[in-house]
Amino acid sequence: MYVAVKGGETAIANSLDLVADKRRGARDLAELTLDQIDQQLGLAVDRVMTEGSCYDRSLAALAIKQARGDLIEAIFLLRAYRTTLPRFGDSEPLDTTRMVAERRISSTFKDVPGGQVLGPTYDYTHRLLDFSLAAAGERPEAPTAPVDAAQALPRVGDILEREGMLEPPPAANGEASQDITRTPLVMPADRPVRLQNLARGDEGFLLALGYSTQRGYGNNHPFVGEIRYGQVPVAFVPEELGFEIELAEIDVTECDMVNQFAGAHNIPPQFTRGYGLAFGHAERKAMAMALVDRALRAEELSENITSPAQDEEFVLSHSDSVEASGFVQHLKLPHYVDFQSELVVVRTLRHEVEERNRQAVLDQAAE
Amino acid sequence: MPDTHDTSSSDSAYNYAYLDEQTKRMIRRAILKAVAVPGYQVPFGGREMPLPYGWGTGGIQVTAAIIGRDDTLKVIDQGADDTTNAVSIRRFFAKVADVATTTRTEEATVIQTRHRVPETPLKEGQILVFQVPIPEPLRMLEPRETETRTLHALTEYGGMQVSLYESIARHGRISKAYNYPVLVNGRYMMSPSPIPKFDNPKLDNNAALQLYGAGREKRIYAVPPYTPVKSLDFDDHPFEIETWSECCALCGSKESFLDEMIVDDDGKRLFVCSDTDYCQERQQADKP
Repeated sequence: MYVAVKGGETAIANSLDLVADKRRGARDLAELTLDQIDQQLGLAVDRVMTEGSCYDRSLAALAIKQARGDLIEAIFLLRAYRTTLPRFGDSEPLDTTRMVAERRISSTFKDVPGGQVLGPTYDYTHRLLDFSLAAAGERPEAPTAPVDAAQALPRVGDILEREGMLEPPPAANGEASQDITRTPLVMPADRPVRLQNLARGDEGFLLALGYSTQRGYGNNHPFVGEIRYGQVPVAFVPEELGFEIELAEIDVTECDMVNQFAGAHNIPPQFTRGYGLAFGHAERKAMAMALVDRALRAEELSENITSPAQDEEFVLSHSDSVEASGFVQHLKLPHYVDFQSELVVVRTLRHEVEERNRQAVLDQAAE
Repeated sequence: MPDTHDTSSSDSAYNYAYLDEQTKRMIRRAILKAVAVPGYQVPFGGREMPLPYGWGTGGIQVTAAIIGRDDTLKVIDQGADDTTNAVSIRRFFAKVADVATTTRTEEATVIQTRHRVPETPLKEGQILVFQVPIPEPLRMLEPRETETRTLHALTEYGGMQVSLYESIARHGRISKAYNYPVLVNGRYMMSPSPIPKFDNPKLDNNAALQLYGAGREKRIYAVPPYTPVKSLDFDDHPFEIETWSECCALCGSKESFLDEMIVDDDGKRLFVCSDTDYCQERQQADKP
């Protein structure tokens, strides 16, 4: 029986072999390639890059393959790789007005400069299983209008801003913001730190919190000022060059949420904003992030903090799927020492209660 | 601490002992601060590790930051060298740090542990690295970091005494069995990590350096050698440890922490030492 706790080494080695075997699945089927995952499971790749904080489609595809499609495990794999990479510095801030947008919508105005561009969206699909996908067969390419890459796409918010109806975005103070992957999260956190945390945060967690604000737990009356998805250039200024060079173009989804605000003692009534940004095409994530970002501004805007989504410590401490998944699942590790301690205590307590009850019965009999 | 500026580890895609040198320096700074202020939780820029949070990433980062080729590493989980997680962490360091490993407490220079302190007394020069899930002893009384930080700053620990008192009022004794709070050097209240209270007395005035790493919560704290560590109690309810009426079925020890095993369908029980090295040493000593 003592063998039960022995032999860990062999058991682990066998388990690793078995999980690799399960990953491959039936050998008579072709193995998935990373390109197939990148191209045909692109939204999964987008989520892994976003929450993995690493823009690399092939690495994300590899992580998804290795994790057998478990995206939270894939995010963990990518994070653990990312953390070993050297840091060169901060890129210049993305200018999303320079986005070559594949999709851009506003729900606050019927028409906006640059137009409403529906692009690829599931919004108006009928959720009927398409059985034609079950069979092999090529699909014709979808026709697209030519994109004018040179045309800047002004933000819908800018129009409201000019009227003073919408608060301007916070001015850049020239300081590089703290990198939460290098420095510990210390509360209270400033907005750049909060946004970094939310950008890496678990989509499901943010979705539920964002949803809770809509149902009255910290409501802030949101409208989608604008959602845009497309390619933006990333620029970097190397110290030794002293001028900006373009590194790459990346796909991002940006959500500018416009929220009602009654004003405070020193601010006239105006609309306020919540902001969401995600790698790739991830509208649900960007919107949820924007709702929670706005909710977390409660203190700054002198609103009462009454709900979980407004509670900075609650949100920021529990948003990370890698942390949450690890701590929940560590309960699978042996805890028999602590459990033994509890057994000893509970047995002693029970013994004392039984002893007391027996004495009470004896006392009663004696009377 | 030997020089570790060397990248020729057995897995050359990664730096020696996995972490890059900059990260190690950052962790060492946090450790030095922690040693200078015993029991104080120092925030550090904890990294994602290739093992999950909750598996000992804090302890692993501390070990990775202090280990060198001359070290001999022992890893235990629940007191045992052969539990799966201990095996896994030992394998990790054998691979990335090319370090000698041992199961013998006496031989080890660095001992990483989860949930136990070895029964064999530690010596000067040894380092005991604890894996810590929740570093904040006041967390279950006050979930907010901003609040608990203030409570520590003001040495405002009445809440914990009240919670222990409530336990006495309700149960007639302090029912806290593990992660039993201690006061370090008469100043900071500290979580000893989820070791059974049986191990608390070993923390007091120990000759070895104790380092505590919490990866998910990104905190490091320490108890330097020969530092007073007092388990909280009351004059009329002094601190006491677990006792068993049984002795170890393998080595006959009456002094060690015992694990209970259910050996048949009728629930028949057997008690053996949780510290496997201690138990084996005793069994061997008994042999003629």
